[in-house]
Amino acid sequence: MEKQNNQEYLTAIQAAFGADVLAHEEAFGMLNVELTPARIHDAIAWLQQHQDLSVNYLTNIAGIHYPESEGREFAVVYQLHSWKNNLRLRIKGYLPKDNLHIASITDLFAGANWMERETYDFFGIIFDGHPDLRRILNMDDMDYFPMRKEYVLEDATREDKDDRFFGRNNNEL
Amino acid sequence: MGKIEDLETINGEGYQLTTLDKAIALARANSVWPLPFATSCCGIEFMATMGSAYDLSRFGMERMSFTPRQADLLIVAGTISKKLGPVLKRVYEQMAEPKWVLSVGACACSGGIFDTYSVLQGIDRIIPVDVYVPGCPPRPEQIIEGVMNIHELVKKESNRRRYSEEYKHLMDTYQIDIDQHGEAK
Repeated sequence: MEKQNNQEYLTAIQAAFGADVLAHEEAFGMLNVELTPARIHDAIAWLQQHQDLSVNYLTNIAGIHYPESEGREFAVVYQLHSWKNNLRLRIKGYLPKDNLHIASITDLFAGANWMERETYDFFGIIFDGHPDLRRILNMDDMDYFPMRKEYVLEDATREDKDDRFFGRNNNEL
Repeated sequence: MGKIEDLETINGEGYQLTTLDKAIALARANSVWPLPFATSCCGIEFMATMGSAYDLSRFGMERMSFTPRQADLLIVAGTISKKLGPVLKRVYEQMAEPKWVLSVGACACSGGIFDTYSVLQGIDRIIPVDVYVPGCPPRPEQIIEGVMNIHELVKKESNRRRYSEEYKHLMDTYQIDIDQHGEAK
């Protein structure tokens, strides 16, 4: 079996998922495929089990916030790797801000557990079916999702910072 | 580092008098067992301080204590995130009295460059600090100077300080509950 390239992957994904492939591009030699969020779990499962494509390794899951793009404010990005074909690809799904639900892939890759917790921790994306979806890096009692682009760069009302040491309140020094 | 010659004494023929406070304080100052709580680059500088080139053992600190129960000096070197804050406080509470805290580096002293949502803006927000060592990271010489300043405090501290009302008040400001011996409950 010859090693497969990006084009063959794309053709195979399009053949299997047809209308659910919303967009695709090749960025810096890496295949990017945008899918309907509801179908991402099935698509990754299909890629994982496929004899030739054999996407057997999950590199990373990440979130992105695009506050300006209405109806697709949040993106969940899956970076996958096929060891057999030495090929990496990226699966993206866009979610509207009022429905941040996507199916967990912890049943496919055990390593997705912490990655999904991290994405939840920083962006508030809810992975349905995750066995233990709680914060992983930040304090448990944090009540916001810090990586969202919806905060002013510096909050003047903060009380946990001593401004005198940072030249912000010069009259006190 | 205290020397026995520096001890204030009353000398007579066949006897030498000093106060128990001073004798005990001198002994304590010469055998401060540090607990390094190192989280980042300041910790690397601290390792150099412990190593043979700078040699912290000259100060009676041969033995790093990696259990808080047997440590006298908590050396906090590095960024403490807010999530780590309660852990650090627990370690401090587990140390037996008398105990001292050395805050090494800009991050431990004030949060340093990490003016952000996840970083504790100075460990003195959760535990009392005796000596601050500035720098990002401080050189081993600075850490040694900080340690020597701790020794000065140890030598001057009254044995009764930890039983005093002032000490209880200090601990109250950090919400640390202490018993009549000054130990955290």
